[in-house]
Amino acid sequence: MTITERLPASRHRQWLALAAVAAAWVVAYWLNGWLWDRLLYDALGMAPANRLTETVHFFFYDTIKIGLLLVGIIFIVTVLRSYMSIERTRALLGGKREGVGNVMAAGLGVITPFCSCSAVPAFIGFVAAGVPIGVTLSFLIASPLVNEIAIGMLFSLFGWQVTALYIAAGLTVAIVAGWVLGRLGVQKWVEPFVFETRLGGQVIDSTAGLTFDQRIQMGVEEVATILRKIWPYLLVGIGLGAVIHGWVPAGFFTTYTGRGNPLGVLVAVAIGVPLYSNAAGIMPMVQALYEKGLPMGTLLAFMMSVVALSLPEMILLRRVLKPQLLAAFVGVVATGIVVVGYLFNLILA
Amino acid sequence: MIIKVLGPGCSNCKNLERVTREAIDALGLDATIEKVDDYPTIMGYGVMSTPALVIDETVVVSGRVPTQSQVRELLAPQSP
Repeated sequence: MTITERLPASRHRQWLALAAVAAAWVVAYWLNGWLWDRLLYDALGMAPANRLTETVHFFFYDTIKIGLLLVGIIFIVTVLRSYMSIERTRALLGGKREGVGNVMAAGLGVITPFCSCSAVPAFIGFVAAGVPIGVTLSFLIASPLVNEIAIGMLFSLFGWQVTALYIAAGLTVAIVAGWVLGRLGVQKWVEPFVFETRLGGQVIDSTAGLTFDQRIQMGVEEVATILRKIWPYLLVGIGLGAVIHGWVPAGFFTTYTGRGNPLGVLVAVAIGVPLYSNAAGIMPMVQALYEKGLPMGTLLAFMMSVVALSLPEMILLRRVLKPQLLAAFVGVVATGIVVVGYLFNLILA
Repeated sequence: MIIKVLGPGCSNCKNLERVTREAIDALGLDATIEKVDDYPTIMGYGVMSTPALVIDETVVVSGRVPTQSQVRELLAPQSP
């Protein structure tokens, strides 16, 4: 039985059901802190401010909190994004020049529902519609870099200023990197079959004509799919965060990657690029490291380098991009992230 | 009936193939499932979002994995 079949038939009752689920979410989120305080401090008699207690508390409290945040954010984002599609984005970008096109492509990259497994058909489809290579790359950079889950998590953990900085920085990197790569005249580094492939017949819009029930169903399924895929990363990330939270002395990191160290951002990006995780998995670590005095610019650069450049996506893109362009792609994006990291450390210092 | 699953072999493509197979078995249809993972051919159907489901050369779903009952509805009008 699917969610759609379980949903009440009338629109009125559907909204009531959604409201009930939302209320249950709010209560669970609110009870979370209270529950672990009572359980660890009162029921088990563990002393607050003890290192072990703090570690255990951080782990359980954050697992539930981040789990709840993920469920809420993924569901809302998936339902909202089902009103956009890669086909509509392609139509909007067709015939746009570089410059304006790069800006639009980066913005659309954030709101278009897009799975990296569609990167190759999307790339070919954009090129076939006459979208310049640099503009197409802006889209492909922005899509994972300005991650909607990361936006939601940053907002709930650090507030709107950090979130706004993250979005602005991600868009800037995508716009500039795409524009620079376009200027380099990279057509010759695109596999020739891309230019020969034509989209046949009528282009199918993947999300047009869905009913509201189907969009809700998609939201629920996306939550299940993502959680099933990322839970090991999430637990490892929260575990590391908990250990850092409990055992690493305050100010420890500032010595190595902190404000006083000019190489801080470089080190963070060098660690982040080969690391393959997702925004949700590293957020607990980012939170714990921030508590211990790591500057926000360094942390954002770390997070962005983890989500923007991943090996599986590079392997997919290798089908359409020659090694030279792939290397330039990684180089330009990584450089952009490093610059952004230093800039933020300057601004936020 | 010829059913094609278009997609480069990602996890969603495998899910779509599984759901489609279940739907065919549930309806007791006589149909063959072909997997298409070659990009130019996929694009030839006008598909930019994978996975996609093609029934007798008509694209019926693109960019998502439908539920089994949705696939049954898509298949049912085709059955004699």
